[in-house]
Amino acid sequence: MTPLVATPVREIDDDRERRDLERSWRSKPGLVGWLSANTHQKIGMRYIVTAFIFLLAGGIEALLMRIQLAKADNTFLGPDRYNQMFTTHGTTMMFLFAVPMMEGMAVYLVPLMIGTRNVAFPRLNAFGYWMYVFGAILLYWGVFTNTAPDMGWFAYPPLSGPQFSPGKRVDFWAQMITFTEISALCVATEIIATIVKQRAPGMSLNRIPIYVWSMLIQSFMILFAMPAVMVASTVMLLNDRTIGTHFVNPWAGGDPLLYQHVFWFFGHPEVYLIFIPALGFVSAIVETHSRRAMFGYPALVLAQLGNAFVAFGLWVHHMFATDLPQIGESYFTASSMMIAIASGTQIFCWIATLWSGRVKMRTPIYFVLGFIFIFVLGGLTGIMLASVPLDLQVHDTFFVVAHFHYVLIGGALFPLFGAFYHWYPKMTGRVMDEFVGKINFWLLFIGFNLTFFPMHILGLHGMTRRIYTYPSEMGWEPMNALATVGAFIILLGGIVFILNAVNSRKNGEEAGPDPWDGGTLEWATASPPKDYNFLNLPAATSRYPLWTDPKERVVVTGLDDTRREVLVTTLMDAEPHHRLVLPGPSIWPFLTALFSAIGLYGSVFKFSAYYVAMLGAFVGLVGWFWPRRREAES
Amino acid sequence: MRTASNRAAHDSKRLPVCLRHLRIAATTAYFVRGSVCAFARSQSVLDPAGPQSMHVFRLWSWFLAILTAIFVIVLALTAWALTRRHRGIEQEPLERVHIPSRETERKLLWTVGSGIAATVLILFGLLIASVTTGKAISELGNKQNGMVVEVIGNQWWWYVRYVNDDASQIVVTANEIHIPVGRPVRIRGTSNDVIHSFWVPELNGKRDLIPSRITDEWIQADRPGRYRGQCAEFCGMQHAHMSLWVIADPPDEFEKWKARQLQPAVDPSDLHLQAGRDVFLKYACVYCHSITGTTANGQVAPDLTHFASRTTLAAGTLPNTKGNLAGWIVDPQTIKPGNHMATLNLKPEELQPLVDYLESLQ
Amino acid sequence: MRIFVGIAVCCLALTSCNREKRDLRPAPVRLAIYENAATESPLEPGGSKPAPTVSNPYHGTAYDISEGQRLFSWYNCVGCHANGGGGMGPPLVKKAWIYGGEPANLFDTIVKGRPNGMPTWGGRIPEYQVWQLVAYIKSINQEQPIDTLSPRADTMETGSQNIKNKVPGATK
Repeated sequence: MTPLVATPVREIDDDRERRDLERSWRSKPGLVGWLSANTHQKIGMRYIVTAFIFLLAGGIEALLMRIQLAKADNTFLGPDRYNQMFTTHGTTMMFLFAVPMMEGMAVYLVPLMIGTRNVAFPRLNAFGYWMYVFGAILLYWGVFTNTAPDMGWFAYPPLSGPQFSPGKRVDFWAQMITFTEISALCVATEIIATIVKQRAPGMSLNRIPIYVWSMLIQSFMILFAMPAVMVASTVMLLNDRTIGTHFVNPWAGGDPLLYQHVFWFFGHPEVYLIFIPALGFVSAIVETHSRRAMFGYPALVLAQLGNAFVAFGLWVHHMFATDLPQIGESYFTASSMMIAIASGTQIFCWIATLWSGRVKMRTPIYFVLGFIFIFVLGGLTGIMLASVPLDLQVHDTFFVVAHFHYVLIGGALFPLFGAFYHWYPKMTGRVMDEFVGKINFWLLFIGFNLTFFPMHILGLHGMTRRIYTYPSEMGWEPMNALATVGAFIILLGGIVFILNAVNSRKNGEEAGPDPWDGGTLEWATASPPKDYNFLNLPAATSRYPLWTDPKERVVVTGLDDTRREVLVTTLMDAEPHHRLVLPGPSIWPFLTALFSAIGLYGSVFKFSAYYVAMLGAFVGLVGWFWPRRREAES
Repeated sequence: MRTASNRAAHDSKRLPVCLRHLRIAATTAYFVRGSVCAFARSQSVLDPAGPQSMHVFRLWSWFLAILTAIFVIVLALTAWALTRRHRGIEQEPLERVHIPSRETERKLLWTVGSGIAATVLILFGLLIASVTTGKAISELGNKQNGMVVEVIGNQWWWYVRYVNDDASQIVVTANEIHIPVGRPVRIRGTSNDVIHSFWVPELNGKRDLIPSRITDEWIQADRPGRYRGQCAEFCGMQHAHMSLWVIADPPDEFEKWKARQLQPAVDPSDLHLQAGRDVFLKYACVYCHSITGTTANGQVAPDLTHFASRTTLAAGTLPNTKGNLAGWIVDPQTIKPGNHMATLNLKPEELQPLVDYLESLQ
Repeated sequence: MRIFVGIAVCCLALTSCNREKRDLRPAPVRLAIYENAATESPLEPGGSKPAPTVSNPYHGTAYDISEGQRLFSWYNCVGCHANGGGGMGPPLVKKAWIYGGEPANLFDTIVKGRPNGMPTWGGRIPEYQVWQLVAYIKSINQEQPIDTLSPRADTMETGSQNIKNKVPGATK
């Protein structure tokens, strides 16, 4: 075994290494090969594309709702359909778009940014993706068979209980959550392991890119938050509905507020799960396009950490109207306001970076500016909602709808689009058109504000949420009509984005490895990256390896390229520790997910199907972990 | 009504260019008018009619002013950050190491640090304002001359009961609450089925009505008027049509109203109205509704003893007129699809007396 | 590949059509008593004629079974029949029905009333509600598709859902 050596870049001999790496990292051909692939770029891209499809689906549901609400006493959608629309819209956006999209971007980008070849658990990665897909299929099977959930995306009992929600709608919803939650837990686990163990040598904790910190923090949050939604939806609600438990049945000793507490213990961190990776995107975009090392790196990292911790202490602000004791509610007012300190710190640091950098006004920066405008506005209405007397007036009105769309779309979607424009060259090898990108931005920005700003006014004037129609005497029609117009402008923006992305694939300017002169490691390899990411794994001698003197850049040599080998380093200072052989392509994650899904689908109808799921998962896992002789690729 | 757009249509044969401009102006006016004037009606947080909602309104005004100022400042800083022209001396370090000079870093540290400090202070101030307002509102209750009204949420109507130790003084009604001006009223709430939420924005914030729990809030109207409220927690198919009216009367009028409500139902005087009452008692109405003074004692639907004294029907969905009532009885599922009222098959000669009878129940 | 997915989606759309059907505005048809459909004896002089088949339009529809459950409580069937176990009236969870257990017979019983205390509901409640009640009775007898089985009522105690009985000081 050749020892590991740090070698200056200019001394590397490429050809034989390249051949060996291509051979050991390529996927098998055909359908079976497609189903057994587990390189992180492929799985990450699948997550991104699938989540984008669900963004479109959720958007269509939103448009249908907006058409119904554009006119008073409208009859475009009846109450049942409308209730299904808003529930499916919320569920799709929260569970099938936002979290998987952030996961997918992380799965794609994190190994590139820390200088390794794949995530720590490639088969778990694939399994997580397939579970996500099967969960999405379950929900949309329901949507197409009149079994879409219709009780609101948080499904409060007793409305979602067996007596007031007949049929299988709630059961489909609750079991879908099982799938998406398992998927999120898989990705969280492997991201943590990858970031902790597989960083480039020399990439100590204080040299990790801020986006990688975001994903580390977000993954830990997932581990603590996701089980709560499983308890609320599956253990409590689903069992109440199917096997006669009474967790949340108020007439037999249960408590509907128990459900609310457990759900929101997940629900509040959930929005931060979506938001914190977006903060990482903003940091990456700001530092790259203002061509300056980020101001206040420790402050940013600590602020995100603060966000993560405090996010677990806010959940009761969703329950202020339930007449909980005032002292308790005041505590949550305090914590809900204090979290603004963490967000505010980050905003100030970014403004400071922009101020002292040399900003290139490209599309990603436009989206960051849009983020600042929209997210800050949303955060400030959030401060209003943190106050109990104010919340008691505007809770469950369109004011809240406006607030959370401002923070979610402004705080997560705009940075996401910025990230798309920023990393598209890396993912496809071509740059997206700048002019069309700016049109894209303005359509989204104007459309968004036109849609959601009037909702603040509507909420203050008494329009409650989740109503399928309203009488014309209330005077809500003009603002609603305006919001619908805005929604169509957002649609236009979305179409422009898709056209830009598709067209730039063929006709975009060639990007090369580093179109933006970035500082982090993902820009040190080809665009799109080969299956093995880097010909030689880089070492990191500073926070921005690509901004250091090229003479001082080092890479790692000595790994066995005839198999999927990566370097494991220590936690604090990333000193090389040992070599790790990652598994090759395997059909078993897909099969395990398939067998489990069959069982879990059946359990919606019959409890005994859980045994099928367990048996299926057992068979799949046996195949998964069956020891294989380590063979050299022939 | 002569609007800008009407005039535009009339002029279109002669002035097509002006038409377009007038249409744009009319549309803008529609939205501006819609955002400002049309709301000067009911169910608005910004139109407080009692001490509780006035406290909230004041707190809202402070929050709006301070937070808008912060928003403008942050945007201005961002805009300034983008337009700042760097002096040449800063460029050189950035070109090579992408880190500006030490002085710049120190200046930024101070600025960002003071920004964070200011944020903390402002947030503390807002927190204190919020908590003191909450305390002030809760102290407005607990008054000696308060009145207790029990509100029980049902799918999709409100059961209202005026609590009294003297059983002969208990008033039971539905969907409409009369209160005397200037007197604090405690809304004691719960639910018979799913979680609802009692909300009359002009009087106070909302309180959820949760089955198996009793929630409390105090409302008070300081001026006479009609205040619209709406259920504010998604409760199923007809959540959109679960509204209520709180009507504040001067104290003597309130007493008159209450005295009338305590009476049993008006006995039908003529044969036509008696026929109507017979229809009511013969069909499924009696299984759900109650009319004091008759044998109808259903518990699961609104009490109809003084139905005609209410201004709306179907929980604020329609004005209470004979035509609307007839339409509601004949076809409730078109007006409120999914609601629990049975669709009966009444003959025309049965419907008319029934409607007349119900509208006689003052 | 995409065609297969499309076909699969269309096939999926055919499943569960009945279970999730919700007719929110059924026509309040005049109560019919179906001739010959509900016989109480299988014997007929001169040999049996082919009987008209009358089926419950709400068989297998979860929403209507749930509505039947609500009406069973609201129309006070629980007063005599409890939650199927009977009391003053006979149990409704059984194999041997006094007047026949087919949907047409149950419909007949509810509409016409029966000796010894079963009231005549015909002419008072609309026909579609009778069918909802029949669907509910079938469901507590485990004769509905398993995935539409009547959702358990959150409370089994008669009348205890009426919160007025629980609020301290409530009288009426």
